[in-house]
Amino acid sequence: MNITPDQTLDASGLACPMPIIKTKKAVDGLKVGEILKLIATDPGSVSDVAAWTQKTGQELLGHEVVEGKHVFYIKKTK
Amino acid sequence: MTEETKRLAIIASHGTVDAAYPPFILGTAGAAMDMEVAIFFTFFGLQILKKGKIDKLKVAPIANPAMPVPMPNIIGMLPGMTAAATAMMNSWMKKAKVAKLSELLAMAQELGIRLIGCQMTMDVMGIKKEDLIDGIEIGGAATFLEFASHNAITLTF
Repeated sequence: MNITPDQTLDASGLACPMPIIKTKKAVDGLKVGEILKLIATDPGSVSDVAAWTQKTGQELLGHEVVEGKHVFYIKKTK
Repeated sequence: MTEETKRLAIIASHGTVDAAYPPFILGTAGAAMDMEVAIFFTFFGLQILKKGKIDKLKVAPIANPAMPVPMPNIIGMLPGMTAAATAMMNSWMKKAKVAKLSELLAMAQELGIRLIGCQMTMDVMGIKKEDLIDGIEIGGAATFLEFASHNAITLTF
């Protein structure tokens, strides 16, 4: 995916709910408009990251699987 | 679109490993989703808040037919079986890389979750405030219900 992140968070090896908690903390630290690249190995993160962005109003720009890991791009919108 | 619920009110009333995890997992996830969260620790759930106790909680091998390794009650009641079941459970949790309960507790406090210890349980079980971890509130049913009455999702474990 051709997106340049402002910050990368590697949550590989972490189980629910840690990827979401680390994501919240990382996005809190971004400025509006900046993009977080999140890497996770928890299969539940596919559903959870989408739910998290929906509930918090942040934007999920995309999700892809790279070398067996889930990679998400999240844009801080507010 | 309906108005979104912003509060999550959780009751933790059991003091076993399997019962202690869901309040913290759902509570911290709720806080991460910008919800206000309170967990009310009552009856055996109050043990979770005792100093140095949270990572020493046990799994009950008796009357627990859902254990992945089936354990007949007559075996489960033998000496040492509670420790064995607990060790087994903890090794599964570790293998699945689930955070320790103490880590989730620290995260809950960092995220500003209200942890409320039940006063009545303290009286019943002879637990003093100094027996419990720092940074918690002590309250009763009304404390929890006042929080929950503001359009909260309420979960009980």
